[in-house]
Amino acid sequence: MDLYVHPRFEVLRSEKKCICCRVCERQCANGAHGYDESAGTMESYDEKCVNCHRCVALCPTKALKIAETSHSFRQNANWSGHTIQELYLQANTGGVLLSSMGNPRPLPSYFDRILLNASQVTNPSIDPLREPMETRTFLGKKNQTVTRDTRGRLKDNMGAQLELRAPIMFSAMSLGSISYNAHASLANAARELGIFYNCGEGGLHKDFYKYGPNTIVQVASGRFGVHQPYLMAGAAVEIKMGQGAKPGIGGHLPGHKNMGQIAATRMTPEGSDAISPAPHHDIYSIEDLRQLVYSLKEATGNTKPIIVKIAAVHNVAAIASGVARSGADIIAIDGFRGGTGAAPTRIRDNVGIPIELALASVDQKLRDEGIRSDVSLVVGGSIRSSTDWVKAIALGADACYIATGALLALGCHLCRSCHTNLCNWGIATQRPDLVRRLNPEIGAEHLVNLIKAWQHELREIMGGMGINSVEALRGNRLMLRGVGMTREELDILGIKHAGL
Amino acid sequence: MKRIFAREEWCLACHLCEYHCANANLPHKEGGNFNAEMARNLKGRAIRPRIRVEEDDRVHFALSCRHCDEPACKKSCISGAISMINGVVCIDRDKCVGCYTCILACPYGTIVPSDDGHAAQKCELCMQNSCGEPACVAHCPNRAIVYEEVLDE
Repeated sequence: MDLYVHPRFEVLRSEKKCICCRVCERQCANGAHGYDESAGTMESYDEKCVNCHRCVALCPTKALKIAETSHSFRQNANWSGHTIQELYLQANTGGVLLSSMGNPRPLPSYFDRILLNASQVTNPSIDPLREPMETRTFLGKKNQTVTRDTRGRLKDNMGAQLELRAPIMFSAMSLGSISYNAHASLANAARELGIFYNCGEGGLHKDFYKYGPNTIVQVASGRFGVHQPYLMAGAAVEIKMGQGAKPGIGGHLPGHKNMGQIAATRMTPEGSDAISPAPHHDIYSIEDLRQLVYSLKEATGNTKPIIVKIAAVHNVAAIASGVARSGADIIAIDGFRGGTGAAPTRIRDNVGIPIELALASVDQKLRDEGIRSDVSLVVGGSIRSSTDWVKAIALGADACYIATGALLALGCHLCRSCHTNLCNWGIATQRPDLVRRLNPEIGAEHLVNLIKAWQHELREIMGGMGINSVEALRGNRLMLRGVGMTREELDILGIKHAGL
Repeated sequence: MKRIFAREEWCLACHLCEYHCANANLPHKEGGNFNAEMARNLKGRAIRPRIRVEEDDRVHFALSCRHCDEPACKKSCISGAISMINGVVCIDRDKCVGCYTCILACPYGTIVPSDDGHAAQKCELCMQNSCGEPACVAHCPNRAIVYEEVLDE
């Protein structure tokens, strides 16, 4: 007999409000709701609930809510109920625990312990509604020397750049890990916002080539869907070396998700597991990476900036320094809170470092070595709000990547069950009946709203600081103060403690 | 003239439109709690919505009155209860004798008997009820029902 694992959630239904319309039953792909014909009442199957709130959101009389079970184990500060249940699961199955989305553990957030500055008396603040406020950003290598031709005219020696209307982009999520409609939403929103979305490692669906000017195409260790027209389709090419949610681990799209258009786009046989190896089998050194960077530059005729994405790990500053020297134009760093469609739980929850620390140390290292202008820095891994965004820029980022935030705008409720293919919101699933639940018209509108709202807040915050361009905010650590941090933490972040 | 259109590719067959339709055509208190009122209105009641989700394994969409240019229901009505008011096909409850000829005549099957069985009822674009805009459109979670101008002509 299997060890008993008690359901984590309880479906609470108000009998007074329930009108038995059965919307909850029809909308739950997990089968957590049922209808008892003879009694004429709805019933719940708590063990199937993943707490995704699809039923809660659609219930027309708001008769439903989901509660974390109050079922308890005997109190133990070392062995939490959750830890015990996970152990039971493994004892029952012998398997590696799988999870999705970002690390949920209560580890410190440095963003939350950083406070922002504002102008008073001696330096005027700026009203963004009345005065110009520049949020446009260019990503790519910036030349430090001015060269002139024989007649003394300035030579345009600037390499390929990405122009963003605001320093934010949607980070890589492959077609396969998320649905066609989720991709359509991201692509549409990126085009309307004048920013970029990243098609991830699963190739670019033929329908999305038209969004090419707002697309970053990715080359990952599986090389899925990579061919010449693909590389030329995007505005930039990203080499994925690592992912914040699972540094050191590859990817695995199970065969049942790798069907139809997904498989065709990946150029893999239908129904076969699409496996991205943990390393790129042709990259074992910075020199190897340099070869790939230059191969891609050559393949695209030097018209596209090359991004190298790495996960934030212990020695990230030295790694980034190496990447900068490999010829990459942009370095993307993904922090340990970054999301995933599926990762071994223990890896997701224990590997990597916070993005704030990684960013500060990388920015400092590149400055110290005089190569900061050779690359732009893009950071991701849980940028949750406009203030996280502002703080990241002030810590030295040229732009931020968001993905979890973008999925939330599409309806994701962070139930962290992406790996089950049963996403009730039509995001992380390939089941056609579930995919159609995400109408890209609505999805794109929500994404545009979100980024516009953040842009308003960004302008407002910059105005308060007396800063009128993102350029002037970037790396401006004097605008930051820490609270409740140790000397060492402040030193790594390169900021002063509040009060100083 | 604005009309209700079904967008089959986005219909989830959740049937919310039917319940919101039924609710919109029942009495409402001004400023009442919407959810509580809906629960009170529809609890234990078999609904007769003026919009229905047609579904089988392959396709589903919400169907309501098409407000035809030459309505078969209007032609068939023996008591002159059906008329075209500003492009909306309406049934006058006071004139309707409940013979259900219109139900037989409608090629779309979008007319249904009223709750009391004494008259026929159909979608009147929520012009006559408390909603003011088509409730099915307002409450469709996936924009599978839209209220738009007819583009031809």
